[in-house]
Amino acid sequence: MNLSDIKSLLNASVLTKKCVLDQDVHSAFSSDMMSNVLAYANNKSILITGLYNAQVLRTAEMMGMACVVFIGRREPDAQIIELADDLGICVMLTRFSMFTTCGKLYCSGLNGGVPSER
Amino acid sequence: MSDSIHYEYQVSAEDFTRAGEASSDIKSKLKRMGVAPEAIRKVAIAMYEGEINMVIHANGGKIFVDIRPNQVEMQLKDNGPGIPNIDQAMQEGFSTAPEQILSLGFGAGMGLPNMRNNTDEMHIDSTLGMGTTVTMRVNF
Repeated sequence: MNLSDIKSLLNASVLTKKCVLDQDVHSAFSSDMMSNVLAYANNKSILITGLYNAQVLRTAEMMGMACVVFIGRREPDAQIIELADDLGICVMLTRFSMFTTCGKLYCSGLNGGVPSER
Repeated sequence: MSDSIHYEYQVSAEDFTRAGEASSDIKSKLKRMGVAPEAIRKVAIAMYEGEINMVIHANGGKIFVDIRPNQVEMQLKDNGPGIPNIDQAMQEGFSTAPEQILSLGFGAGMGLPNMRNNTDEMHIDSTLGMGTTVTMRVNF
């Protein structure tokens, strides 16, 4: 699955200026606790979160993640999108709930990327 | 040691938005030097966890980084309240973070254990009322 497929599945809008939509991803991690992302996520995952702050992008950066999907009906602040563009991380926004977002992606082949769950 | 490159960063506790800039800078430098991606990832995660800890628990401080041919050493010095029980603080899930920090996505009690998990050596020196120094090394 690539980022373009994820965008379509989630009916998401891309908020960053740059987003390489043909890059492949194999797993996803969803959490509003960045502590858990840093401890358990796979570096090839995308991050799904309802938390809106700059540290979400910093966390994704440290983990080497290519994309952050924000859950919600409002766009993150321009400062957050600007940071994502600087870091080369694609940011999407979906109006689906966290549960529905994860369900759609899981049913389409993404896994959690956590070794203990395999 | 002549083949070591030294960097220093001031970490301010006043602006949560800027937390992580030092870790981001070191990550970029290591990438440009051609260090192995897995080692870069470990350094980035460990240093970022430490930097966040300095901001949320210790009113900021200073980070000293030495990049050597086969190792990165990070020393994080804060002037915070100190850690009363280091063994307890190293347990996954132990946290003293207030609700406000949890709402920012941190303070789940994973920081110090994750720093240990991502480094080859880690040492904590803490004095109550004086501050804490965490020294970490990642070999590559």
